[in-house]
Amino acid sequence: MIRTEELLLNVGPQHPSTHGVFRIIVKLDGEIITEATPVMGYLHRGTEKLAENLNYTQIIPYTDRMDYVSAMTNNYVLVHAVEKMMGLEVPERAEFLRLIVMELQRVASHLVWWGTYLLDIGALSPFLYAFNDRERILQLFNELCGARLTYNYMRVGGVKWDAPEGWIDKVKDFVRSMYGRLEEYDDLVSGNEIFLSRIKGIGAYDAETAIAYGLSGANLRSTGVKWDLRKNEPYSLYDRFEFDVPVGQNGDCYDRYLVRMAEIRQSLRILEQALEQFPEGGETMGKVPRVIRPPAGEIYVRIESPRGEIGCYIVSKGKAEPYRLKFRRPSFVNLQILPKLLVGESMTNLVTILGGIDIVLGEVDC
Amino acid sequence: MSEEEKPKSPAEANGPEGAAEASERSAESAVEALSTEAAPASGPAAAPEAAPEAPVRRKETDEEKAARRKAALEAREAAKAAAAQAAAKPAPAAGGDAPAADAPPPPPPSPNQPRLDRAVQLLRERVAEDAVLEASINEPNGHLPTIVVKPERWYACAQLFRTHPELGINYLRNVAGVDHETHMEVVYHLLSMDSGHVYAVKVRTDRERPSVPSVTPIWPTANWNEREIYDLLGIDFPGHPDLRRIMMPDDWVGHPLRKDYAPLDPEV
Amino acid sequence: MQRYWDSPVSWGHAGIFLLGALAVLAVVILFVTYAIYFERKVIGWMQFRQGPNRTGPLGLLQTVADVAKLLLKEDTIPAKADKALFILAPALAFMPSFLVLAIIPYGLHLQFADLNVGFLYYIALSGITTIAIVIAGWASNNKYALLGGMRSAAQMISYEVPLVMSVVGVAMMAGSLNLRDIVLHQAGYFWHWNFIPQIVGFAVFVVAAVSELNRTPFDLPEAESELVAGYHVEYSGFRFAFFMLSEYIYVYAIACLGTILFLGGWNPPFPQLDFIPGLIWFALKFACIVFFLFWIRATLPRLRVDQLMGLAWKVLLPLAIANIFLTALGIEWFGKGG
Repeated sequence: MIRTEELLLNVGPQHPSTHGVFRIIVKLDGEIITEATPVMGYLHRGTEKLAENLNYTQIIPYTDRMDYVSAMTNNYVLVHAVEKMMGLEVPERAEFLRLIVMELQRVASHLVWWGTYLLDIGALSPFLYAFNDRERILQLFNELCGARLTYNYMRVGGVKWDAPEGWIDKVKDFVRSMYGRLEEYDDLVSGNEIFLSRIKGIGAYDAETAIAYGLSGANLRSTGVKWDLRKNEPYSLYDRFEFDVPVGQNGDCYDRYLVRMAEIRQSLRILEQALEQFPEGGETMGKVPRVIRPPAGEIYVRIESPRGEIGCYIVSKGKAEPYRLKFRRPSFVNLQILPKLLVGESMTNLVTILGGIDIVLGEVDC
Repeated sequence: MSEEEKPKSPAEANGPEGAAEASERSAESAVEALSTEAAPASGPAAAPEAAPEAPVRRKETDEEKAARRKAALEAREAAKAAAAQAAAKPAPAAGGDAPAADAPPPPPPSPNQPRLDRAVQLLRERVAEDAVLEASINEPNGHLPTIVVKPERWYACAQLFRTHPELGINYLRNVAGVDHETHMEVVYHLLSMDSGHVYAVKVRTDRERPSVPSVTPIWPTANWNEREIYDLLGIDFPGHPDLRRIMMPDDWVGHPLRKDYAPLDPEV
Repeated sequence: MQRYWDSPVSWGHAGIFLLGALAVLAVVILFVTYAIYFERKVIGWMQFRQGPNRTGPLGLLQTVADVAKLLLKEDTIPAKADKALFILAPALAFMPSFLVLAIIPYGLHLQFADLNVGFLYYIALSGITTIAIVIAGWASNNKYALLGGMRSAAQMISYEVPLVMSVVGVAMMAGSLNLRDIVLHQAGYFWHWNFIPQIVGFAVFVVAAVSELNRTPFDLPEAESELVAGYHVEYSGFRFAFFMLSEYIYVYAIACLGTILFLGGWNPPFPQLDFIPGLIWFALKFACIVFFLFWIRATLPRLRVDQLMGLAWKVLLPLAIANIFLTALGIEWFGKGG
């Protein structure tokens, strides 16, 4: 009789497909996974502890570095929380700018996800196309706030920089051209036989499991639950714009793919409307006291980041620094379902499933 | 003390007369609360109950509704009169809500108050009388009903939240641990996806041996969240399937997020 | 060249054989250098960027620089690796790839050795590379390398069967396994070439060939994003270069075989273009096949291992067998064509 042994394989922390420094200890029986244990914390930088000694404006750059692929939404969740606690009004122009950059950021983040996901699956070219488009978005951001990745753009009560001359027109051009690019991407990838056979039916779960595990974002919507914080618990100016919330059916990797591609389209739609309605003049910063000292109390706000529900929980004792600042990070919560999904899958599907959840390690570890 | 009375009153209301009496009593307690300075950060607990225009979830009989409205009206008249008396006294500054400091009119009743009361009532009835320690509305946070629950009762309360059709909390949004210097606290933000209702539940425990029953069997979302709180704050969660460190290395000593944590390198 | 083989061996003849071998080696190494360069360039252009363009004019010296770098690297052998096998594997992978070049005819009289069992010689030798890959995976003492080696063995063995079967139809039509005879059988213009009557065989051949070469979409053994380079993860420096070299020499060999077996070898496609020498036609057809290989590498995602096996055994093999059957019927009814 041949004696077989279980193989203990370490995927990561240095691995091209773990989307950051992330380690999965995998027990293999041949090519089938019998058990998977994620290990994280390699990128834990103690943001929450550091925040206890910094005032709110100083924390904003730290939020950029949490989910570095989607930094604008992180900025927003923090300033929104403080503004809500203090009851501050944000001028309309600033709110429009915030919404525009958040939606542009959503498109950029989904492009990164698309490119890297296909790279994991083995297609080399879409990565370059996605980054080409993302480059245009990053150049827009560069013109706006001087940074390409970690923007430090929003402030409590408004935004730091106003849109320069002609910036709005450039964004309009970009939105217009992006529709055509999405068509090209669909032609190249979405109908490809090999791609479909790699993705369909992989990593499926149902709506109940998704809700029980606290999934959010495309992971939740791919099971058919129509839950998008921009519609269900509107914040910023989202209730002024018309857009759909794409949902899937089966909760597998293919549906997550389709939902995210549709979300890019919906973001472009919101951008079109927002750019139409962009106010001519206006302030970029509201009336904010010189020292930002929210009254004692606590607050929990949440917004829809490209990865799901990002939340910010602040306990304030009336000082300029928060007493406790906690971020509810979507990648951290979404990742919990990974061990469950991996049991019984082959090694190749590990990469497919992990990519489909769309995590960013800066956010998982915070 | 006055806060304790007010939540009890809906439970004792068992008829239109009871409601009227209860609201009168609460009006008196409102007066007391305004004149004392003991309002903690749990917001306008002194507000009279029920707003007529509030979207009430549960089905009430018309009599109860009418009685409540009448009682609310009476209570508001009484409170106005009492507030005029207490105008000179400095009113307590509750966290971020309507400034009772300048004008005497008390803050308008929160639209979520009936929901909060109903939840508290359910908890008291179904779990235990002493399960709820405090209940309040967090106004800046979108009028979030906030309930403080006793740690020993927390697991049963969580089960009630999960299974009761009126509460129907199937989504655990967020679990956060806070180190107040005198005690530790774990805050749960709950959401019912079907109705869109949110609740916040806090569980307080002491600092020497902090321990909060784990709700992972009820909401699997809590699994890694509780591990993170254990790792960074040292709160134990009995009942958790796999409680070990998640962010820090496995052999780390100490819990970094605690207020009295001394880092290894004093210059950091 | 053939007459030297047929006459008795002398020192002079041995010298001529050596020179011939060196000439073939030189041509192939030149091809490999510029195939790597063009692959990077072509894939770059398809991905909206330029490939290498800094080292030397237009980046033409890029591969030279890469090879020089690989030669100068530290020669690492993992501590617990099986030293003898570890050192043997790259050499064992390279030798058959060079040996199969002997039988390729570039023109009517341009061939190093004219064997009557030409194609069989190729198949027999290319299997040795599979052994070398498994040895590399095992000797590295690394789980990823082992997984890659196992996958590669399974893949290459599975795809050799349809590869050979697809050529049987061609051999039946030409009546011989001798590569020169096969091309002579296709003498004429493009409607005489084998890819039209043997279209099914051609399709199977192309798919099986891409898989034999371990190229995308079948590059599981080297799947970077999963296995971190698979069986050659522990190889660095010139040993790694040997694996890459053997892969590109096989690309050369398969492209030549495709040209010879299905695309008419050195025959011109149209009578009007007769004056262009056969070698140019051979090179053009060969270049088309190589470009096609680069093209699908840039475009298609990778197949999963079970899908790959399924494709080989459940799709390609039945198709190849059906092709043989149909060819037999065709020959019976229509004669051998020509």
